[in-house]
Amino acid sequence: MIENRMLDAPIPSRSEDWLLQAEGLAKSFPGVQALQGVRLAVAQGRVHAVLGENGAGKSTLMRLLTGEEQPDQGVIRLRGQTVVIRNPHHALTLGIAMIHQELQVFPALTVTENLFMGREPQRGILGWIDRARMMTEARRLLQLLNIPVSPLARMGDLSVAQMQGVEIAKALSVQAGLVIMDEPTSALSEPEVSALFRIIADLKQQGTAILYVSHKLDEIFRIADTVTVLRDGRHIATRNISELNPEKLIDLMAGRELNLAGARPVLGVRPDNKPSPPSPKPAAALSARELTRQGAYTDISFDVHPGEILGLAGLMGAGRTELVSALYGLCPADRGSVFINGQPVKIRSPREGMALGIAMVTEDRRGQGLVLPMSVKHNLTLANLKRYCWGPFILTNQENRLADEQIRAYRIKARDRNQKVEHLSGGNQQKIVLAKALLGEPKVLILDEPTRGIDIGTKSELYPWIRQLARSGLAVILVSSELPEILALSDRIMVLRQGRLSAELDPRQTTQEEILKFAMPT
Amino acid sequence: MDTVTSNESATQGLPPQRRVGLGRWLSRYGLPLALVLICGVLAWVSPHFLTWQNAIIILRQISINGLLAVGVTLVLLTGGVDLSLGSLVALCGVAAASFAHPGEYPVPVPVLVGICVGLGCGILNGCVVTVGRVAPFIATLGMMTAARGLALIASGGRPVSNLSDSFLWIARAELLGVPIPALLLSVVSVLTWVFLVRTRWGRHLYAVGGNEKAAHASGIAVTRIKILAYALCGALAGLAGVVLASRATVGQPNAGVAYELDAIAAVVIGGTSLSGGVGGIGGTLLGALLMGIINNGLDLMNVNAYYQQVVKGFIIVGAVWLDRRQRN
Repeated sequence: MIENRMLDAPIPSRSEDWLLQAEGLAKSFPGVQALQGVRLAVAQGRVHAVLGENGAGKSTLMRLLTGEEQPDQGVIRLRGQTVVIRNPHHALTLGIAMIHQELQVFPALTVTENLFMGREPQRGILGWIDRARMMTEARRLLQLLNIPVSPLARMGDLSVAQMQGVEIAKALSVQAGLVIMDEPTSALSEPEVSALFRIIADLKQQGTAILYVSHKLDEIFRIADTVTVLRDGRHIATRNISELNPEKLIDLMAGRELNLAGARPVLGVRPDNKPSPPSPKPAAALSARELTRQGAYTDISFDVHPGEILGLAGLMGAGRTELVSALYGLCPADRGSVFINGQPVKIRSPREGMALGIAMVTEDRRGQGLVLPMSVKHNLTLANLKRYCWGPFILTNQENRLADEQIRAYRIKARDRNQKVEHLSGGNQQKIVLAKALLGEPKVLILDEPTRGIDIGTKSELYPWIRQLARSGLAVILVSSELPEILALSDRIMVLRQGRLSAELDPRQTTQEEILKFAMPT
Repeated sequence: MDTVTSNESATQGLPPQRRVGLGRWLSRYGLPLALVLICGVLAWVSPHFLTWQNAIIILRQISINGLLAVGVTLVLLTGGVDLSLGSLVALCGVAAASFAHPGEYPVPVPVLVGICVGLGCGILNGCVVTVGRVAPFIATLGMMTAARGLALIASGGRPVSNLSDSFLWIARAELLGVPIPALLLSVVSVLTWVFLVRTRWGRHLYAVGGNEKAAHASGIAVTRIKILAYALCGALAGLAGVVLASRATVGQPNAGVAYELDAIAAVVIGGTSLSGGVGGIGGTLLGALLMGIINNGLDLMNVNAYYQQVVKGFIIVGAVWLDRRQRN
């Protein structure tokens, strides 16, 4: 598809022509200097991407711009005027709107009520809410952005992509000059991403500036005009996108050579030499026959063998997470059977799954993968405490040793083994979830969106590890919505469409387009 | 796993800590510090405060609340709550007293009866909350009401009196100058601390409170852990009921009203979070001690008991407010 790149707005020469300027921003939290000397300049009608690794300071910077935190030092100027952004409400009145990665909506209220939350139009001296005006305006905004959602729909019933659309409409309705988007596509499928980019192009046309925070390099190259790279809380570089290519960008972000050997490069460009197919396959480690769960998936049958990575591709809502959750015991199927090494088994809970040698890294690490108030050490051993116990008592020395080993082996960036995991970055948290799952020496490993919301540096560490795990004899089931990732890692790809298996593809011979073809609803 | 070529140490990129110290130090030592300060003030105000006899009085006064607080710490750590403690104290006191008449049963019997009745009610609480999926507030509210009714039925609405000397010995006696109830509290606290910090189930309990979904996904038997927490809490309430009946020399069906609130207050002052997953026995004991010392101090200063209530209210809110401030 062709992005409608309008004539780019001219680069401002005077300070008043920049929409937003920030200079010398610094912010520290107990124990951590999150930002130091950061500068940013955003022009109207441009998409300005902000990139950076683990802990580079992107979220902190966004929080300063939306008024959730106050900078320790530095100055922010809007259209040449210095401003102090006191709180998110103030930010809105200044025309700065933010679409959070974890959408902050009111699921029990309607679309219209969400759109006007805090700014309901009022009538008369007693301040009755003018519902008629709200409805008309809501309808207008939704139509403007081509979002097929009824103003009366309950917010909680919408899909993630639809909710995001409503959030963007909200930003429009406050006539935001600057819209900040934090990882907007992390929960979207490809067609929804294109719809989002179309909306962004419309916003640009109207002169709105977009600050786009993302880890996905291919998207940056599709949508951004300017890129700012942060590293370790400092401003590294700001360049026009025309001056950059993926390698240069990765260099700037990481500041070191990344070893991508063992995985095909993260952008999905396929290398020349492909590994030869494994010769006679060992017996299936896990077999599923006619697995069915009402409303989620129907009649799914497949095998996965030790040493292979089976990729599960499909759109959001195709039923992949529900299917693999059944294999682990989180959400059992209604009908069908599962066999481990040829023996029929019933898996009714994660305890039973783990006892059978199945481990899972769930897609929601903060919700299901980690106990946030607990330390790195405690989280690492949580699923397998029995190994480090004498009777009921925990053997502290052994546990400490193990934790230190894991931190070294997985290169987990934490102050020490007792640091609470909630303060770690997404990439490090994901490493802990993986290490925890592997501690039990499983035979089957299920990975559900293992690199969602993770920076490039950690991704490039995880890919070779996943390959190595398979080579060492594990049977790996990989669920991913990132097509380049599925193509790079899988030995076989299965595509789910609306709860049914629509195709089995060979990653060496298929393309992203073909996978999509089998994934799209007919 | 070390395939990447760079030589980073685990802490590269993290600047040396400078100001972590003060915030964390305060949240760890704030409460003991406050305790020392208050003791200092009270010692200055009243000459009777820093005496051995007064210390014994304080220990006696906090024993029962302390037992309840230790028990309810377990429940609060799972993210639940137990409002039935006061009623269980009454019910178990009545049950124990019924078996404690002179010449009938040896002393261990009424004690065990009291504890077991509490244990049974606790298990019931746990089952209603887990299997029945009733919110802990409601489930234990129901138990609070029903248990009170049972206590009244079992006692015929009148105090159960005429208790054997050996039963009364429990609350009265001292070992090396320390009252038995205080010793019981110490032993129970140590055992519970060991359970929470050094055993597998204690760790599982913290996990369930910290993030129940993650605990379940990690293979922890969430239901069993929760029932265990409510069961132990009930058993300790039973023990508290035995001690109270012994001290009061009767099994009083109307005893223990609002005891659960003081217990929860002690736990919360001690730093345990109401949402679960954070806290411990040490804090609970300090919280109970703080409340006991302040009550005692106000008594020594001859402050009207009604004013003491108001002061207690301020302390509860103040302690939690301070704690929240330090955490953020």
